[in-house]
Amino acid sequence: MRTTLLTSVQVAGFVAAGYLRLDGVVPQELNDQAVDVLEAGIPKVPYGTPLDVAFPAGSFARRLVEVPEVAGAMHSLVGPGPTVDHHAVHVREPRGGEAQPLHADAIIDTRMDAFDVQLMYYPREVTTDMGGTLVVPGSHLRRTNESDTGRYQNLRGQTRLTCPAGTVMLLHHGIWHGGRRNDSDQRRYMFKIRLNPTVPQVRLWDTTDLADPAVVAELSRRFPWYEQATGRLEIHNRVRLWRAMTADPDFDIDYWTTRVNNRPGRAVA
Amino acid sequence: MKQQVLVLYLATSALDAPVVGWSSYDGTGRTHPTAGDGDEPPYETGVDALRDGWRLFQASQLIPPYPGSEYDTSFLKHEFFFEKLS
Repeated sequence: MRTTLLTSVQVAGFVAAGYLRLDGVVPQELNDQAVDVLEAGIPKVPYGTPLDVAFPAGSFARRLVEVPEVAGAMHSLVGPGPTVDHHAVHVREPRGGEAQPLHADAIIDTRMDAFDVQLMYYPREVTTDMGGTLVVPGSHLRRTNESDTGRYQNLRGQTRLTCPAGTVMLLHHGIWHGGRRNDSDQRRYMFKIRLNPTVPQVRLWDTTDLADPAVVAELSRRFPWYEQATGRLEIHNRVRLWRAMTADPDFDIDYWTTRVNNRPGRAVA
Repeated sequence: MKQQVLVLYLATSALDAPVVGWSSYDGTGRTHPTAGDGDEPPYETGVDALRDGWRLFQASQLIPPYPGSEYDTSFLKHEFFFEKLS
């Protein structure tokens, strides 16, 4: 199976924004089968089932995760042999449903040196009025619990997903998101798989561009909803995550993390 | 008299700072604001809302970070509640 690993710049973009988009990467042949398969339902598996057990060879879900771009991105972020935490088919009925409150899935998850990835697959084109997933870029490192963020309706720079058929998004477990109200006449389908890593998430991607200045540029991105001061802490927290993912304890951006850990003659926190 | 509530999240603790997030709730039932229903804020700053007749009734306190959690990020810090009665 051919894979297409992510570059360091792409992974840095994931660390900054908390998600990665792969537009239209799933072949139309699979997209054409998807709705019937999703309508019929994909068999549930116990939490933590190895991916290749959860999705037998030849099954629709297996073929989805073996799309080269999808497989490469998954390997780059969670590594080989991930387990399936759970999966679910989400359907938004035409002219139906209420917007979900802004939330992060599961419960508050404070891991700074490991993360789960949620794969979201959209088999059909999603237009603005179809209520594509609301995602808040750069929210994944905020320590909040599930829908406690439900008070927030709109944040500057939020993305209301529109995408071509066959798009896959890969999201960090902490990202703030929510399904939006479907104001169109079409059903909206999304298939979600939560993946747990089984190996340390260290340099799993194509690292040949690790020294590219674009890596630091990606990790330095500020999002329009960030408060002035807290936005600086976001950079600091990304540095901590990038250090863990690259096994480089000296990596820094604008000296933010080095400065506050400089305690000559003392133990480093 | 019914209450309309506007919540603005600002870039700093100053009321004249730029709006970075917003929510609204309408006790009159005339509108039904919800998550992800707009990309442009209703006002550029908190003071702009005052100028348009919104009455401020609550502002977040400035609370020092908990010891050991100084670098953690969580909820938006600078939250201002406004109301109109109609």
